[in-house]
Amino acid sequence: MDQIVTSIGQPNITSIVFFLFFICATLVITYYAAKKSRSASQFYAAGRSVTGWQNGLALAGDYMSAASFLGIAGLVSLRGYDGLIYSIGFLVGWPIIMFLIAEPLRNLGKYTFVDVVAYRLSQKPIRIAASIGSLMTVCFYLIAQMVGSGSLIMLIFGMPYELAVVIVGMVMIMYVLFGGMLATTWVQIIKAVLLLGGATLMVFLILLHFGFSYGEMFKQAALTYGDGVLSPGGLVTNPWDALSLGIALMFGTAGLPHILMRFYTVPDAKEARKSVFYATGLIGYFYILTFTIGFGAMVIVGQDVIAAMDSGGNMAALLLAEATGGTVFLGFIAAVAFATILAVVAGLTLSGASTLSHDLYVSVFRSGKSSEEEEVKVARIATLGLGVVAIALGLAFKGQNVAFMVGLAFAIAASANFPALLLSILWRNFSTFGAALSIGTGTTLAVGLIIISPTVWVDILHNPMAIFPLRNPAIISMTAAFAAGYLGSKLRPDPEASRRYEEQKIRNYLGVGAE
Amino acid sequence: MPTDRPKGSLDAEMFQKLVVRKWKVSLTLAAIMLVAYYGFILVLAFAKDVLAYKIGEHLTIGIPVGMLLIVLAWVLTGVYVFWANSSYDKSVKDVLKSMRRD
Repeated sequence: MDQIVTSIGQPNITSIVFFLFFICATLVITYYAAKKSRSASQFYAAGRSVTGWQNGLALAGDYMSAASFLGIAGLVSLRGYDGLIYSIGFLVGWPIIMFLIAEPLRNLGKYTFVDVVAYRLSQKPIRIAASIGSLMTVCFYLIAQMVGSGSLIMLIFGMPYELAVVIVGMVMIMYVLFGGMLATTWVQIIKAVLLLGGATLMVFLILLHFGFSYGEMFKQAALTYGDGVLSPGGLVTNPWDALSLGIALMFGTAGLPHILMRFYTVPDAKEARKSVFYATGLIGYFYILTFTIGFGAMVIVGQDVIAAMDSGGNMAALLLAEATGGTVFLGFIAAVAFATILAVVAGLTLSGASTLSHDLYVSVFRSGKSSEEEEVKVARIATLGLGVVAIALGLAFKGQNVAFMVGLAFAIAASANFPALLLSILWRNFSTFGAALSIGTGTTLAVGLIIISPTVWVDILHNPMAIFPLRNPAIISMTAAFAAGYLGSKLRPDPEASRRYEEQKIRNYLGVGAE
Repeated sequence: MPTDRPKGSLDAEMFQKLVVRKWKVSLTLAAIMLVAYYGFILVLAFAKDVLAYKIGEHLTIGIPVGMLLIVLAWVLTGVYVFWANSSYDKSVKDVLKSMRRD
């Protein structure tokens, strides 16, 4: 295919204008937020002033990455129905957050989910262990986002990879460093509105093309590419693989530090639960849109053109935007994709910086004795450090296949963060040793098993046979983390922690003493 | 971790009832989600032809089923919020009131 007529990859005036407008608007917000972000509660939690609806939008903004927008639309455009399976997996973790995590998290913690894990347990060992799980999740997710952003921006704007990574890193550092959680929240909200608005408009244009009939769209897809695109295909071959990935996506969502951190921005548990309801609705709506966009691209643009631009299908949504709304619409969607990347990395960096400062520096290094100014100062230094590390990693992993790192981040979140969090909320006899053992087991197995799995051992290291058969280790690593938590707590109980469970329960269910 | 100790004594029985009821609702809703989602995964893994069953000229049942799963996830969170706003919060208030009385 050498006759694709597209302006993707060339500098596009509309996209540059839209993008500069987005940068200016968000930096103005950052400027105003900077004046307010002096106290720790302002820096980490936007002064707990965010409403349920705003946080719902911001949660959706944090979660809807460019990878899920361009990636899932692309997957649907090339594989049809199979793309929907991913979308569903990414959504079903949200009800789990609602039913098991959101309210206890809000009532028991202060700034990070580690606060909840360490609530009754010995501070230092648990803060260190839980921080490792948290930081590893953030780092792998961040690498995947940075590398993805560099290659996407290179494809969309024709900008050099290195320049794209540096721009994303620098702008993101500005948001977090100066504006803290307040600026980050508003970046997420604006991005969520732009992304949902842009995708809605695109779906409207698709439906216009098909006379507002989904049936007509599916019919044309089936007539061109066969009935197979409307039914499950080859994505799910090994049942255990499907189950393990499903577990990673579902429980990993409930263990993502940057998502969990957002619950501290609302004033109380009631607003926290409302925000999950709004977020779930918005994200679900978004996945229905991407599914439609995928099929629209398949029919209107054509699979051969999509695959010729990028074998993963990542350009499907952009090609469709150009086909339905011309270069102006393409420019708009390209700018939205850029904004999306910025918002997600900002959320990740803020969450990593909070763990470095609040959980490690203040609670471990200074044994909880640190002034608020010092804590915020350290959080800002951590932001700068993490931002530089993110840029460096983005440059170091250029051209590498890092798609597996998203799966790995979810596997660690499901194995290291989620079991410890759930057990500390629900189980009276969860002990310090049990928690440390659970987190250690979950992290080690998630990382270790993925290295010897087909995902890394065969696809990246090019060995002929994988030692561990599943592509995602969560089914083993999460189960083992729960078992380790149980065994560790039985082996070395923590009477003091069990005694404090009653007090934790009162705060958990009644909100008494919640910060 | 700074915590305000509740002033009065807790009506332990009332509180325990509240906790049990919260988990009954939470776990029931979570179970519905788990069964629906893992049921879907198992059908995909072991009997994916079921989802390829045609309900129209081309349309398969898999597409509305997938959409319904997405809608179900949202509806379940809505049910929880409705229950918590109308029933749970009221019970929490009652427990707190009984604590303040003594």
